Formats: sequence, structure tokens, C-alpha cells
Amino acid sequence: MESLEKILVQHPFVEGLPSEHISLIVGCAKNAVFEPGKYLFKENDEANNFYIIRSGKVAIEIYSPEVGSIIIQTLGEGDIIGWSWMVPPYQWRFDARAVELTRVIELDATCLRNKCESDPRLGYELMKRVANVFEQRINAMRLQLLDLYGRK
Amino acid sequence: MQVMFPSTYKVQRFIKETHYTFTIELKSLESRNGFSFEPGQFNMIYIFGVGEIPISISGDPNKSGILVHTTRAVGTVTKQMAKLKKDDIVGIRGPFGKPWPVKEAIGNDVLLVAGGIGLAPLRPVIYHLLSNREYYGRIILLYGARTPQDILYRKELEKLRSRLDIDIIVTVDRAVKNWTGNVGVVTTLIPRAPFDPLNTIAMICGPEIMMRYTIVELIKRGLSKENIYVSMERNMKCGVGFCGHCQYGTEFVCKDGPVFNYKEIEHLFGKREI
Repeated sequence: MESLEKILVQHPFVEGLPSEHISLIVGCAKNAVFEPGKYLFKENDEANNFYIIRSGKVAIEIYSPEVGSIIIQTLGEGDIIGWSWMVPPYQWRFDARAVELTRVIELDATCLRNKCESDPRLGYELMKRVANVFEQRINAMRLQLLDLYGRK
Repeated sequence: MQVMFPSTYKVQRFIKETHYTFTIELKSLESRNGFSFEPGQFNMIYIFGVGEIPISISGDPNKSGILVHTTRAVGTVTKQMAKLKKDDIVGIRGPFGKPWPVKEAIGNDVLLVAGGIGLAPLRPVIYHLLSNREYYGRIILLYGARTPQDILYRKELEKLRSRLDIDIIVTVDRAVKNWTGNVGVVTTLIPRAPFDPLNTIAMICGPEIMMRYTIVELIKRGLSKENIYVSMERNMKCGVGFCGHCQYGTEFVCKDGPVFNYKEIEHLFGKREI
């Protein structure tokens, strides 16, 4: 577990957290690898995990029966995947597919939620960090919808 | 140079870049020394009988024989320009405007952030930096296009990406099948771009709203406002600050810009009525 803690401590998402909080998070964490094309999760699956990307690239997709899968955004090293694990009913709203070989830290969502409930300081810190990512993604999506670069 | 009187140039080459953008390469018809410009400057291009518009110079500042412009067919003049053929004649007035701060950037990392056709005015910076490579730290280009088909200078970017002394990260707003690159607006690339925020000069060109959000992300990364430069677009007519068409607060985009230090125009930037 020591090596996982070392890896985690360098990740921007947990940067600056006190060591006792990092230890709590590590208690819910394991390494995982996804081959290109493999899904980390699919829409409507239970959000049982939370992912911190160490390397690689993941496409966040939404499926439309007429068009098929549409990539909304790609995420890479330094990014986290998903906030559905934190918000009831804990169900994924998108698909997440590895575009290339992707190494992640996979956190057990139930374990993490329980720790957040019993340690509100940890819960609040994680909530702020996830909210920050949420805000960035919403802003990015708004810009995407504006179709900035002109009509076809 | 008579600033109000166009010199005549002949179309040497017409290159269709994407389905709505094109590049024209021009050669002077007048027996004078080669045209020289600095990265970021623009010319007023005259299509005789139609009108005149400002377009940034997108060629290599070290090559004075050929004048290169890339634009998009959107208005009356550019739609006529899109029909130009080899040997057609156009008028040129210029170069005008304040350039990108390539001298001030010496000794620093240089971050270029381009959106859509905003890559064209930054292209001379890339040429300049690479031909003076030893004077700069890391060089990073973050480029956002609408779709993979809209990526400007695609072959040139592919070639540049094989170099080890420049980092190029491209993203598209909308992907198509088989696209394995990044998807998302160009601002999403900033948090993980490899530059030292304390020693970086950022140069941004694209739609104003894209520049606004880019600046927010750059400041979050620790860049100071003094180290951020933007290129503004306005309706320019004379090119030399006489007519006032391009007035931007107390500034004129044609002569005080188009490149501005963000700190200097922060109070104007993003205002709706300017």
C-alpha cells in the first residue's frame, strides 16, 4: 500500500490533503489497468467506483440510438472520472471507454462514502474538489455548445 | 510605403485548407525589396471592385519573397477571395499593427493557445520560435478546432509533432468515429500542459469568449496577467488609426493592437458594448 500512497500523493486531485486523509483514501484504493476499447463503466451502471487517471486517455461518451456513441470529452493524466459515486442515486450518466492503455487508481465508492460520512472534514474536502472538477466540466461543455469556431 | 495606397500582388498559389478555410500565397508585382513583417502583424487585402479587409499574415517572417494569408470565406470580400486563382491580382496595404512579444519571451517557456482559425496569426510565431529555438524554453501549442476535418495546417502540425523540441496538443469540440485524439474545448488542455507558470509567456488567439476562458485557466495555473497576450479582432478600415472603426476603449486595434498585453486591456476585455 505504501507505493499506492506515493502514487496518490503526487496526483493533483489529492494534492495538499493532510496525510491522515490520504491514508483514509488509500484504504479504499487499488490499481487498475484498462486496455484500449475497454469500458470503465456504462451509463446506468451503479457508480461503485471512482477513478483517478494516472496515465492514458478515457473518452466520456453518451449513446444516442440515431447517432451511436458520441464522445463528449476525453480525460487524461491528472484528471478524475465521475462524480456520480458521490450523488444519489449513485448511477453513471455516461459511458467511459479507454481510448488507449489507461492506468487508474480505482477507489471503492461505498468505502469512500462511508469514510466521508464518518469524517466530515474529509467529506467536505473531497466534495470541494469534486465540485471544482464539476464546475470546470460544465464550463467546458457550455463552450462546446456555443460552437465557437463558426458555422460549417 | 504609402499606407493608404495598395501595392499589387499576384496569386502564386491557392491552397484549400479545410472546406471553408484557404491560404493564398502572394508575390509582389512591384520591383521593390521583399516584404518584411513581424509575427502577429496584418495586411489590408484589397479585392478590386469588391472591398478591403484586414487579414493576419500567416507565413514565415524569415521568408520575405512570398506573402501568406489564411482566412475563412464568411463575408463579401472573403467569399470573393475564395474564388481567387493563380495569377489573379490583389492589392495589399501593410504590414500594420503591433506584433506578438517574441523578443520579450526570450528565456521563457512560450505557450501558444489557438482556437479555430486563430492558429493562422500564431503560425509566424511558431516559425520564428523554431528558427531561434535556442533562445526559448519549452514551446507548447494548444490548438482547438471544431471537428477533426476543421484542423488547420494538418500536415504541417503532424510534421511538427514529430519534433522533440515543441509540444503540440490538439483537441476538437466534436469528434467523429475513428478519432482517437482529444475531445473537449481547448481550455481543458491547460491544466495538464507542460509549462512553468512562473516563467511562461502565453499568446492566445481565437474567438473572444475562448480567450476569456483561456485566461481564467491560465491565471488558475499561476500565470501573471502581465505574461498573457491576446490578439483582438475588430472591424478595421484604414489600418493606421485614422478612421476609428476599430476603436477599443481608448485604443485602436489596428495600431495599438491587434496584439495586446492582457493586463493593459483587462478593464475592457469582455465588456459587451466595446
